[in-house]
Amino acid sequence: MQVLYFAWVRERIGLPKETLESSASTVMELVEELRAREERYAVAFSDLSALRVALDQDLSDFDASLEGVREVAFFPPMTGG
Amino acid sequence: MRILVQSDPFDVAAETEGFAQGHENVGALVSFTGIVRNNDAGTLKSMQIEHYPGMTEKALAKIATEAQSRWDLQDVLVIHRHGDLVPGEKIMMVATAARHRKAAFEAADYLMDYLKSRAPFWKREITSDGAEWVAAKEDDEEALNRW
Repeated sequence: MQVLYFAWVRERIGLPKETLESSASTVMELVEELRAREERYAVAFSDLSALRVALDQDLSDFDASLEGVREVAFFPPMTGG
Repeated sequence: MRILVQSDPFDVAAETEGFAQGHENVGALVSFTGIVRNNDAGTLKSMQIEHYPGMTEKALAKIATEAQSRWDLQDVLVIHRHGDLVPGEKIMMVATAARHRKAAFEAADYLMDYLKSRAPFWKREITSDGAEWVAAKEDDEEALNRW
């Protein structure tokens, strides 16, 4: 699946997107996999209350299933307008 | 419905005029324009706006569709820019056209509340002290409870 990062999440992880092979069945399991990879991921995902997640370009939550999902995006709360 | 996400500037007068055309049963048109405001110290050099191409358009269309289902609207316009903007530049605009003013005002207010915290844009302020991501305000999240 494609994993995208925006704003300070992108800066902390150091890349805008990557393609991952993951066996995670929920967003939370994917977060745990990422946290375990490297320190920069652990730092970016240290406080989930400061993060939002979108699945296939729709806002979702960390308990959501990843079944059939092609694109996951992590970002801070949005500041449009 | 007209949804535009672009880095180029837009012409509020031309957009508003064009938006009002061709609707014989429109009795009210409300428009709101958001402008890059300098900070109190006057040190803002630019405002960088990042977005999520694809999801942005989808989220804006969803917000506009929801407004159309809640109010009796003839049309909705949303324009939002991304990229580097300087103080005084227009960031975004919304316009609503309805038979009566109440629906037009309320729907425009609703669109703005949702654009603030449900459309994937992130602002970063570049000042003489450096660069900083703008934090989302709790008030903006709470504003959604009004609807």
